[in-house]
Amino acid sequence: MIREAFGLIYPGDEIIGLRELIDDRTVAALPIAGKYRVIDFPLSNLHNSGIHSVGVVVSRKYNSLMDHLGSGRFWGMSGKNQGLFILPPYSLREQPGVYRGGVESIRSAFDFVGKVRQEYCIIAGISSIYNIDYTEMMNFHVESGADITVLYHRIGDDHEVDEQYHEVFLEMSDEGRVRSIEVNPMNTALTSRSLKSYILRKDLMIQLVEECYARGEYEFSENLLRNNLDRLRIMGYEHTGYVGMLKSAHSYFKINMAMLDPQVWGELFQSRNRIFTKVKDSVPAKYLQLADVGRSLIANGCVIDGQVENSVLFRDVHIGRGASVKNSIIFAGTMVNEGAQLEYVILDKNVTVRRGSRLIGNGSHPIVVGKGRRV
Amino acid sequence: MQIDAERIMPRKKKTVAMILAGGQGSRLGVLTAEKAKPAVGYGGKYRIIDFPLSNCAYSGIDTVGVMTQYRPLELNTYIGTGSAWNLDTMTGGAYVLPPYSVGESGEWYSGTANAIFQNSGFIEQFDPDILLVLSGDHIYKMNYKWMLAAHEKHGAAATIAVIKVPLEEASRFGIMSADDDMRITEFAEKPEHPESDLASMGVYAFDWKTLRAYLAADEADPGSSNDFGQNIIPAMLDAGEKLYAYEYGGYWKDVGTIESLWEANMELLSDEPPIDLYDEGWRIFSRNPNDPPQYIDSCARITNSMICEGCRIYGTVEHSLISPRVLVEKGALVKDSIIMDDTRIRAGAQVFSSIIDEEVEVEADAIVGAGKAPAPEKKITVIANGVRVDQGATVPAGTELGS
Repeated sequence: MIREAFGLIYPGDEIIGLRELIDDRTVAALPIAGKYRVIDFPLSNLHNSGIHSVGVVVSRKYNSLMDHLGSGRFWGMSGKNQGLFILPPYSLREQPGVYRGGVESIRSAFDFVGKVRQEYCIIAGISSIYNIDYTEMMNFHVESGADITVLYHRIGDDHEVDEQYHEVFLEMSDEGRVRSIEVNPMNTALTSRSLKSYILRKDLMIQLVEECYARGEYEFSENLLRNNLDRLRIMGYEHTGYVGMLKSAHSYFKINMAMLDPQVWGELFQSRNRIFTKVKDSVPAKYLQLADVGRSLIANGCVIDGQVENSVLFRDVHIGRGASVKNSIIFAGTMVNEGAQLEYVILDKNVTVRRGSRLIGNGSHPIVVGKGRRV
Repeated sequence: MQIDAERIMPRKKKTVAMILAGGQGSRLGVLTAEKAKPAVGYGGKYRIIDFPLSNCAYSGIDTVGVMTQYRPLELNTYIGTGSAWNLDTMTGGAYVLPPYSVGESGEWYSGTANAIFQNSGFIEQFDPDILLVLSGDHIYKMNYKWMLAAHEKHGAAATIAVIKVPLEEASRFGIMSADDDMRITEFAEKPEHPESDLASMGVYAFDWKTLRAYLAADEADPGSSNDFGQNIIPAMLDAGEKLYAYEYGGYWKDVGTIESLWEANMELLSDEPPIDLYDEGWRIFSRNPNDPPQYIDSCARITNSMICEGCRIYGTVEHSLISPRVLVEKGALVKDSIIMDDTRIRAGAQVFSSIIDEEVEVEADAIVGAGKAPAPEKKITVIANGVRVDQGATVPAGTELGS
């Protein structure tokens, strides 16, 4: 990173559509892609951009996130003068941890922000999955004379409107200056969707956030950005690679399935910029006599003696003899016993699927089974 | 002036472990051409030295010296600070100890005992009561705590871990005879006519102060080969020291040859492997590379195998162990083989009964381990680190291909 920057990861919006999957964990700690948690992506992106001071604003249910992050050393962030700072909410307020929007959650990190010595801030949301080196975006920010740079991508043809999720679209001039912002439009001709990641100077950020907060305005895009479109030079910077947007159980399912495409897998995991996660002493995956695995991601520690197709298996999943798993996502430590049949299901951690059970969901409504349950 | 003993000796440790990791492992041929035997891969993601290091961690021993000599670079990098084995504690740690020069004389370790002798200074810093001497060459899961407890109970000068071996194989080992209380009465290194089936596992607990005196005497003897089995143990027995055997009942393997390395790996694929790597209570620690989950393509066919993270499998894998980041392309076949890290098996290539080391390229349609093996004790084909097997080439069974 040419300019000195620190990172700030904020929880952003509650993604209600993820239902049971976030009953007792925050979105940042949601398992994804066979061995990762959602937060591994923004953290690794920051690491790969040479940023080693990062504050993580957490709101609620952050036990499993703290457990995952530890000292931050797995992301190269446990240095002596910098590192990973987890910023839990103060309990002074009536409802600790319920932030009235991005502005308020960022403001809660101001103690941390006040102490870091870097000049620039990279704010990263956690509701989207992508692999980026922010260095280029920082260069663009400086060269284009921007006050704020917003990361966006162009939506594909398969874009689905989701009422439950705050989507933000940008309209830009030819030189890339943001001219208008549409928040959660039911219908829009705009195709540039904000990834809710930003670069700006630290002092400007403090000033803008305080201004908004004083007026009782709490949304980053709707208020902070939109209020300042004329006053400030707000630029858009396009990320051209793969983007997965976490909006609902369905979109979560789609992201995991997208990783079964060798091209997406290669882009996310084989590029120069690696995605880091907490490593564990797990054993190699074991394929037994009746294993029949195709087009799947398999993590270490799995023991497979059945059929697995179009699926993502996290660590230490057991697939019993003759069981069949198709189009499914199975979290760590889950046991699928002999002869069970699963299709379009998301099984959370340590679930037991009884011998011979059948669970068949469908592509747009996968069945979600909560942590530790027996079905 | 009051002397504060705590200040001078802040690092007192009851037990210090020293691992002999300088072994060349010459019978492993081209596999040890560039690395020491303890750095050889096993079980897909492990190195042999993971076993003694994990044993130390599980036995509550946090101060471990690793004595390297032959081709130490790979081991040095691998061990680092020992954090992978939980050894980077506030007061302990893993220390890689290559031979170093004292004044004018820089010397290689002339034998196992000499290696300890040369590192006396390192050991003294911790003022240990017991010195545990281990080998970096063996695969076993052992809680040293019980052996050390027996050692202390007997008030022994030395306690040697033993396993029962078939009598016909006993002449390959250091063999002990012991009385009913397990006190050692006789010790013979690789005897022609063994009188007992108790073989030394190369795991020794010594009373450090006693050992120190024997090491010094041994160094003064120019005729000595400075070896524990040949010199130190016999000398202690002759002097009437209390030496005890501690019998270990679990799995222990010295993978001395290509064939035994291959067999030890294949044992992991059996229905009931003799060593359980999946045991939650005793997971073997190792350096965990940060690799993505393995990608198994729709054309892949995998049975009876162990596969590590970062692999991409598009071909057929039967009864094999595949280390991290290996690529098996479409139409390729890997059977009864061990493929080490970062190796690529290209489209249509076939590999039979082989050990293929790291970063090897087996080009398209090549056949490795082709045809009938020249002899049952020479059935494994070995390809060394970084070798390229050309497109369409045939490597006959039993060949050792060096770089």
